Amino acid sequence: MTLVRACLARIDAHRDLNAFTTVLAESALAEASQAEAEIAAGRYRGPLHGIPVSIKDLIDVAGVPTTSASAVPALHPTKDAPVVRRLLEAGAVIIGKTNLHEFAFGTTSDETAFGAVHNPFDFERSAGGSSGGAAVALVEGMCLGAIGTDTGGSIRIPAAACGTVGLKATHGEISTDGIVPLSPTCDHVGPLALSVEDARIMFDALRGTPHRTAQPKSGPLVLGVPTGYLLERLDTEVRAALDRVKALLSEASHRLVDIDLPLSRATPDIYLHIVLPEASWYHAPLLESHASGYSPTVRLRLEMGRYVLAEDYLRAMNLRTRLTEEVDQAVNGVDALLLPALPIPAPALGAQSVDIEGRPEPVRAAMLRMTQLFNLSGHPAIALPAGTTASGLPIGMQLVGRRNETDQLIAVAAAVEAQIIAGPGSVGGGTG
Amino acid sequence: MTVADWLRAAIADAERRGLGSLKPLLEALAKSTAALREAEAPYSPGRQHVKVDEDR
Repeated sequence: MTLVRACLARIDAHRDLNAFTTVLAESALAEASQAEAEIAAGRYRGPLHGIPVSIKDLIDVAGVPTTSASAVPALHPTKDAPVVRRLLEAGAVIIGKTNLHEFAFGTTSDETAFGAVHNPFDFERSAGGSSGGAAVALVEGMCLGAIGTDTGGSIRIPAAACGTVGLKATHGEISTDGIVPLSPTCDHVGPLALSVEDARIMFDALRGTPHRTAQPKSGPLVLGVPTGYLLERLDTEVRAALDRVKALLSEASHRLVDIDLPLSRATPDIYLHIVLPEASWYHAPLLESHASGYSPTVRLRLEMGRYVLAEDYLRAMNLRTRLTEEVDQAVNGVDALLLPALPIPAPALGAQSVDIEGRPEPVRAAMLRMTQLFNLSGHPAIALPAGTTASGLPIGMQLVGRRNETDQLIAVAAAVEAQIIAGPGSVGGGTG
Repeated sequence: MTVADWLRAAIADAERRGLGSLKPLLEALAKSTAALREAEAPYSPGRQHVKVDEDR
């Protein structure tokens, strides 16, 4: 109860950040009271018992509107999404539904019917997206775990922008039933957390397996660092952070090898021709009846998707298969790939473009660049805090593992986390 | 359908529907479609027929 009350107080004290669409104070206190009674009676369910967790408002919680942060009519679910049911079975307390970029169709969480989500490290900056509210709620102590979704990077991007861990498992590993879809080919659901161990606890609960502590992978790691497209344009401070992480890992006798992903350059074109029409397919009925309820630019992108030809969608799906094979080959020879989760620090709210090494780039394209490839290929990927910019904005790194080996990726992440947070000359975790 | 033909038809339809503001987005999409088609061409399964024809 004390924990839940503390989180509710934090929510109340920081309403200006717009982290939540719906706060479930009454039910959260009731759930916390029940958890206390069960624990006192010796019926301890595990590490999530009594722990306040937030749910992105794209995910059904029975009896609570699923708004998708939109002004179009909300869904009124009568049953919990499987991920919510599993959290409740693990004893978690659902403290509220978090704000997001409308219908998860953006990377900045500033197009939403509930007010732009503000970055706690700089109020005038984006928290990233689309799971921006989840990341803010977590880092500001409004919850101890958060559930987001990730179609192009929407867990990992806000995790990097706000200094948290964010895990996207292998595609299909965690059920997306009861979650408003954006692009079924690329949709994932997963946890944001304050540490790799916390992410592991939540991941185990979400897939319904008993919790096992994330043992860091022992022995020297071999990490592949992509060359070419993925790393050719980075903000100078993000590049410096990557170089510091590489240096720390090398000093600890881990090996870094260059990895070539030639087809990665086609990622944005492949992504666009899959995600746009799949999103438009879902929204077609709503666009006919409630077009004016959408944020203007979200609506325009959905309308654009209706013009993608079937043959071009299939071209993109064909290239997706080739890209997946390329990433499979890349990760098969290493423990994980290592690259930034975001090529830039959190951008200013409302910014349409950012300067990267002296050249302008659209914000959305820049923010998706490091992450969307692994939504297409389905490989598990995790974002980790890796220091800050000189002005205190979080920087995040990303590790990518083999498909269907999310457990192994988490073990590698635990080893890297220990090194970059606690190692000599470490970059530090969180605000570092 | 060539990308150019597609773009003309898409813009005309968008304007007919009162969505003239889609034009710059459709133009950007057209560039992406052209890039997609070029990237996919070597992997296109239909290409084997063109190759057979070229070999004749």
